[in-house]
Amino acid sequence: MNPRRVRRRVMNGVMTGLVGVLSFLAVLSLILILGNLVVKGASSLDWSFFTKNPVPAGESGGGVANAIVGTGIIVGLACLIGLPIGIGAGLYLAEFGSGRLGWTVRFVADVLNGTPSIVVGIFAWTWLVKPMGHFSALAGAVALAILMVPMLARTTEEMVRLVPHSLREAALALGYPRWRTSLRIVARTALAGIVTGSLVGIARIAGETAPLLFTALGNLNFSTHVLEPMQALSLQIYQYATGPFDEWHRLAWAAAIVLMGLVLLLSVAARWAIRQRHGAAR
Amino acid sequence: MAPPADARLQLEAVRLTALYGRRAVVKDVSIIFPAHTVTAVIGPSGCGKSTFLRCLNRMHELSEGGWVTGTVLLDGDDIYADAVDPVQLRRRVGMVFQRPTPFPTMSIYDNVAAGLRVNGHRSRADVDAAVERALRRAALWDEVRDRLRRSALALSGGQQQRLCIARALAPEPEVLLLDEPTASLDPAGTQRIEELCHELKTNYTIVIVTHNLQQAARVSDYTAFFYVGDLVEVGRTEALFTTPTQERTEAYITGRFG
Repeated sequence: MNPRRVRRRVMNGVMTGLVGVLSFLAVLSLILILGNLVVKGASSLDWSFFTKNPVPAGESGGGVANAIVGTGIIVGLACLIGLPIGIGAGLYLAEFGSGRLGWTVRFVADVLNGTPSIVVGIFAWTWLVKPMGHFSALAGAVALAILMVPMLARTTEEMVRLVPHSLREAALALGYPRWRTSLRIVARTALAGIVTGSLVGIARIAGETAPLLFTALGNLNFSTHVLEPMQALSLQIYQYATGPFDEWHRLAWAAAIVLMGLVLLLSVAARWAIRQRHGAAR
Repeated sequence: MAPPADARLQLEAVRLTALYGRRAVVKDVSIIFPAHTVTAVIGPSGCGKSTFLRCLNRMHELSEGGWVTGTVLLDGDDIYADAVDPVQLRRRVGMVFQRPTPFPTMSIYDNVAAGLRVNGHRSRADVDAAVERALRRAALWDEVRDRLRRSALALSGGQQQRLCIARALAPEPEVLLLDEPTASLDPAGTQRIEELCHELKTNYTIVIVTHNLQQAARVSDYTAFFYVGDLVEVGRTEALFTTPTQERTEAYITGRFG
């Protein structure tokens, strides 16, 4: 056989093998993490783990009910603050963002997107926790919302930009005013994409620990008061994992499974929403 | 050209120039579209015929850098007058685009009703009746009557285009602008749309931009030939195709360029 052809074939084989191994490594990390979590934490997952609050150190048993509820409240509040601002900003950027203001907003969003989450935590501590005089779930939610807004703004913008220009023209030619075209036709067509972006954003902030360290702080008791310190799953994991007791480590693994499951659930929901969108676009 | 004496002047462009920034793409065009006629606008690609059409419902000014000089009269009223709201105007001058543009999130029914609902609140029965009337006029009713609530995207390309025509007809415009409406359709779909043009002109004034000379000859009463932004010639379709007065027109329709 022609030597050049042989060389091509060998090269092709080597490269295909290489990318195969690399993609296996990428998947492997997820498998290892999940496997490790299940092995070390699954045995601690029982009914009381979900329904009971933590017990004092040294005692066995107890659960993380307060942390699960706390994560729900903090993330929910963050969504309440972050979703309207993020999606609104994204719509603005896509529809009217061609000028200087649009450029500025986009630049700021990109910088914010790259800001380490602990810096956002410190910011929330300086502007909310210090003036209020105490840690609170609200401060934690604000910190998470700040993380969420730039992400949402950019994904919403992308999704809205994907809506074909011809649809916008069709609506305008029918006598739709500009604002109604934006909301009724463009935003609605992009809705599945926006929902997906939101779910990914929520999944991303649900597991954050650093911004909550000096804002929501954590709480050993069950609390639903948003102006008081509140426990969250990520904080609970952090505290248990860095603590000295074996029982705590066991609980940390279990809490990690719950948190991971939550994030996975959101990602799957996002996938589903994407499928809906492509289904609708066909 | 000499329109029949009984034809009410429906739409008229007067010394219309359309520009993108400082570049004129339609130059000083004056033309009359008599009521209840079909006028075909022909010419090679990039000759400004689509831009011209978009001036007739003030869509051109929505394009980046788009503006016009001169004017367009609809029933004698200047549509570029300060008092005219372009949004209201577009409800009187409907438009169908080159590619079907059904709203993907809406059902067949909602697509047709879209232009009615934006006109303000109407009773359920009114909307039902108007949707059926529009779909019948667009020759689509029999094919979709059993699935009005289904997604408009389930229709074939030709059906989607007729749906867009129905959507444009539903608010009862006076003028219908068709921008190469059959460009993305197969011959059967094309034939349906052409037949429609014949039927619709009893109720509307139609301006159709087309690349297809046979189509222009088949559907239109009048034909206007555009070349690089100029209106070269306009006249009764048979006359323009058999005895053009301008050399450029003859060269184009005999296929020597364009």
